[in-house]
Amino acid sequence: MVSTASNEAGALPADARRDTGLRRHVLDLDDFTIEELTATLDNAAAMRGVLERDVKKVPALRGRVVVTLFYEASTRTRISFEEAGKILSADVINMTASASSIEKGESLLNTGLTLQAMGVDVIVVRHPHAGAPHFLARNLANVAVINAGDGAHAHPTQGLLDLYTARQYLGELSGRKVVIVGDVLHSRVARSAVWGFANMGASVVLCGPSTLMPDPFTSAGWGSDHGSNGLANPLANVTVQPDLDAAIEQADLVMALRLQSERQERGFFPSLREYIRRWQVNDARMARANPGALLMHPGPMNEGIEVSSGLAHGDRSLIEEQVTNGVAIRMALLYQLAGAAAVES
Amino acid sequence: MMPGRRVMDDDEIRRAATRMFHEILERNHGADGLLLIGIRTRGVPLAERLAAQIQQAEGITVPVGHLDINLYRDDLSERPRMRIRPTNMPVDVGGRTVVLVDDVLYTGRTVRAAMDAISDLGRPLRIQMATLVDRGHRELPIRADFVGKNIPTRQMELVRVRFLETDGVDDVSILERGVA
Repeated sequence: MVSTASNEAGALPADARRDTGLRRHVLDLDDFTIEELTATLDNAAAMRGVLERDVKKVPALRGRVVVTLFYEASTRTRISFEEAGKILSADVINMTASASSIEKGESLLNTGLTLQAMGVDVIVVRHPHAGAPHFLARNLANVAVINAGDGAHAHPTQGLLDLYTARQYLGELSGRKVVIVGDVLHSRVARSAVWGFANMGASVVLCGPSTLMPDPFTSAGWGSDHGSNGLANPLANVTVQPDLDAAIEQADLVMALRLQSERQERGFFPSLREYIRRWQVNDARMARANPGALLMHPGPMNEGIEVSSGLAHGDRSLIEEQVTNGVAIRMALLYQLAGAAAVES
Repeated sequence: MMPGRRVMDDDEIRRAATRMFHEILERNHGADGLLLIGIRTRGVPLAERLAAQIQQAEGITVPVGHLDINLYRDDLSERPRMRIRPTNMPVDVGGRTVVLVDDVLYTGRTVRAAMDAISDLGRPLRIQMATLVDRGHRELPIRADFVGKNIPTRQMELVRVRFLETDGVDDVSILERGVA
């Protein structure tokens, strides 16, 4: 049973998929089946091949218009969407809140309607409020919406690139142990990564100060409502272990989250020094993980705080690989959405 | 399911491929600078077979590339679920004599897309085309240099090629559209 409250609070709009069953929006990873996750990662693998060519240009999305609409700062996500669109020959327009009518007080809905009237095919939106991309998707009939991060809710393209990078190095993810450490409370990256990894059958351990852990975890509002879309509740694969030295035992992959200093004014932990002492991922701690265990970080990184510099730039680090893979994943998603839209028109 | 009308069996496919590899070597005065490129899906096993036969007959190893052309198609709306697969080239296409290999030549649009894709990878000396079946109904000014068999068809018919490597059996059949 789905409660009314969850429908209002940001459940997926009824039309996240088209009548054909093809996806029309990418709002979160919680409605991706394992088959769709796998197909997206496979398409991204082919896109990586395009990225490695001398001439990084294919005509697949010629004549389509992609707008990146960012209400929050971003470097890698916005630029990688722009690069992905341009490599596929789409026209990409970048819009930031500080240099547009948004500064004059235009609402999100009116901005969306304006872009739709201009014939835009895809809006990539980042917004400080959870649910903003869902709101746009519900109200725009002819535009595909991709969530590039909404508040502390979801960051599905980051989750997909994390899955892709993990699969590239670890192979089969089922049965692997993934530790996500840090500020889980404020992290949309963690929320999307948890869905992805748990759905692929990995066991996910969340680690961090108890004040930065949604508590109790499963009642944080982003797990209990699911199951109606035919997916098993992947949260069965998720546990919480606040002690990093214990959590990291036998880990195959450690994902350090950015300590979001702009959101720490409420004093979630005693001091930075204390945080570093207990939750920094460093060489000594990685030595407790499985041999060959790997490090990921979504960026931007506070080097020397959540990750030691040596580890971040060492052999175990996949951080730069994640950035390259982010372009490939976004190419795959833009291509898939364009295919779905083309069927309808 | 209707069985369709079988127009080639395994022996006929083998003989046609044998003639094709001889023609490829004859036209190009040997295998120097050759690169066979199979168009995914069923151009790939055919290209591998041609290369294996050249190896056996002449003792020369001809490189084989795999080409996925979905990012170059002009009919995205008809193939929305298409998975894109990697394009692999064992050598640079620049300066090579490229022989594109596919199972069926029909409208020519696949070949047009394949030529665009190859141009993005480099500048070959020339591009030739080999197909197991030419079924006619071209929509572009494109022809094959090497043909296994010309099979006249009606547009409402489908030509189904199956190879051991991809389908567990070697044969070519003509089916009515709508029959899997």
